[in-house]
Amino acid sequence: MKSIWTITKRELAGYFNSPVAYVFLVIFLLMTGAFTFMIGQFFERGQANLQPFFMWHPWLYLFLVPAVGMRLWSEERRLGTLELILTMPISPWQTITGKFIASWGFLILALSLTFPIWWTVNNLGSPDNGAIFTGYIGSALMAGGYLAITSMTSALTRNQVISFILSVVICLFLVLCGWPPVTDPLATMAPNWMVEGVAAFSVMPHFERLQQGVIDSRDLIYFISLIGFPLFATSVIIRNLRS
Amino acid sequence: MIQVENLSKAFGPKVAVDDVSFSVERGEILGFLGPNGAGKSTTMRMITGFLPPTAGAVKVGGNDVMEKPIEAKRLIGYLPESAPLYTDMTVEGFLGFCAEVRGIGGADKGKAIDRVVDMCFLKSVRHQSVDTLSKGYRHRTGFAQAIIHDPDILVMDEPTDGLDPNQKHEVRSLIRRMGQSKAIIFSTHILEEVEAACTRAIIIDQGKVVANGTPEELKAKSELANSYIVSISGTEAAAVRDKLNSVIQSSKVTIVNDKPPTVVARVFPKNASSDGELGQAIFDVASQNNWKVNEIKKEEGRLDDVFRNITLSDT
Repeated sequence: MKSIWTITKRELAGYFNSPVAYVFLVIFLLMTGAFTFMIGQFFERGQANLQPFFMWHPWLYLFLVPAVGMRLWSEERRLGTLELILTMPISPWQTITGKFIASWGFLILALSLTFPIWWTVNNLGSPDNGAIFTGYIGSALMAGGYLAITSMTSALTRNQVISFILSVVICLFLVLCGWPPVTDPLATMAPNWMVEGVAAFSVMPHFERLQQGVIDSRDLIYFISLIGFPLFATSVIIRNLRS
Repeated sequence: MIQVENLSKAFGPKVAVDDVSFSVERGEILGFLGPNGAGKSTTMRMITGFLPPTAGAVKVGGNDVMEKPIEAKRLIGYLPESAPLYTDMTVEGFLGFCAEVRGIGGADKGKAIDRVVDMCFLKSVRHQSVDTLSKGYRHRTGFAQAIIHDPDILVMDEPTDGLDPNQKHEVRSLIRRMGQSKAIIFSTHILEEVEAACTRAIIIDQGKVVANGTPEELKAKSELANSYIVSISGTEAAAVRDKLNSVIQSSKVTIVNDKPPTVVARVFPKNASSDGELGQAIFDVASQNNWKVNEIKKEEGRLDDVFRNITLSDT
């Protein structure tokens, strides 16, 4: 545990020692604000919920999460420090977990800094705060899923740009694969079970249920595997890098 | 402390390390020599557990590196080739991180950092960011990281690469000092380094160990070993060659330099064991012929000759 925390501390310090953290926080808050109020028409709708706030998260994260996670392993590979860290007396999964927790913690910090919107909606009406809370949980889990995928693509290459693009593409698939404009043309070509199988990967229905305040074990299992599987793949990739 | 048993590593069809075995005990400093691409770094990476071997095993302090990696890695300090560092940290922050990962925390951490900062002459850059350091300081920071936990075993891949002559000298004496209580392996392609710091040397070529012995033993394999260089005046080259050739202990005489009135000749011994006898015989010949001997020097053999002979033989 202590080793994981050592890794986490180093990674977090890495974010805050460079302008990356501050640029990211400002951009994230500006963009969530802009999308919520201007495109989502938060005020005009006249409803006391955060649906116009959360609905943009899958899209915002599509670019912002890979930007946070792309350096996780590519940077280690580029600097050669992978050799250093893997010859230290800690196991690879501790390093993977420590790095993941650092980046995820950073994303959760960014997300929690959106609290003024919660304050606003509570001042204007009486929203279902339980649903807002589960919505935040869903958003954090989704960010974790995207981040785990970025961790995997980051381990694949020493080039951060390639890592970024790969993770954007995979996450885009997760957003779009349950969307009717994608599933409908697929349904004309492929058997039904295949369409449903592809659609089951989609992050959207799980996130939407959590926004409505429904905590379903299936959704939690989905998100946990969305985080767990790519992290496991990261460890396999790192092991194979060395042989 | 370190046992390497029949170690092999193949990258696809290319065999980088081929059935290498050796061991290093406490108090030994093993120099790892070989041309570029001979498999030095790959071997070291297997010893430190970075690369899994294709066949064979490495035991560090009795722990198999593959089966008990954490226990084995705890005993090792490792300086990888070109000393990679986290460039976004300060020297102190980086050393503190390495100490913590190795389980040194609290007040011990501060002491450990102080100790290596002193040993590696890093005081002036202690609070400086790593990416602003010159190559020499980066290298020394890498070195400091390797010894922060005062390991029993030290593995260093080209520890003096890119250092200036003064720094090389520092690092060598540091290695010699630490070698008294640790088992040390370091690779280099600077041969004088082996003579300056090692108690034993291994030459590796195309993945195989081609020589293993003390620097003296290796030097004795040189063709020039135990030959004499004589500088004589007051005679001619032809006379020198004929007369010295007739000495029973010599097998061959070559004229190195012929600038009248001085002739410089090299006399090779018949067998390596004729210690001192050849030199005596050369003096006798010189006095019989009334030559003036300006200088006579016994050659100990040169490591670079041995190195070239061994590693070029199959190309």
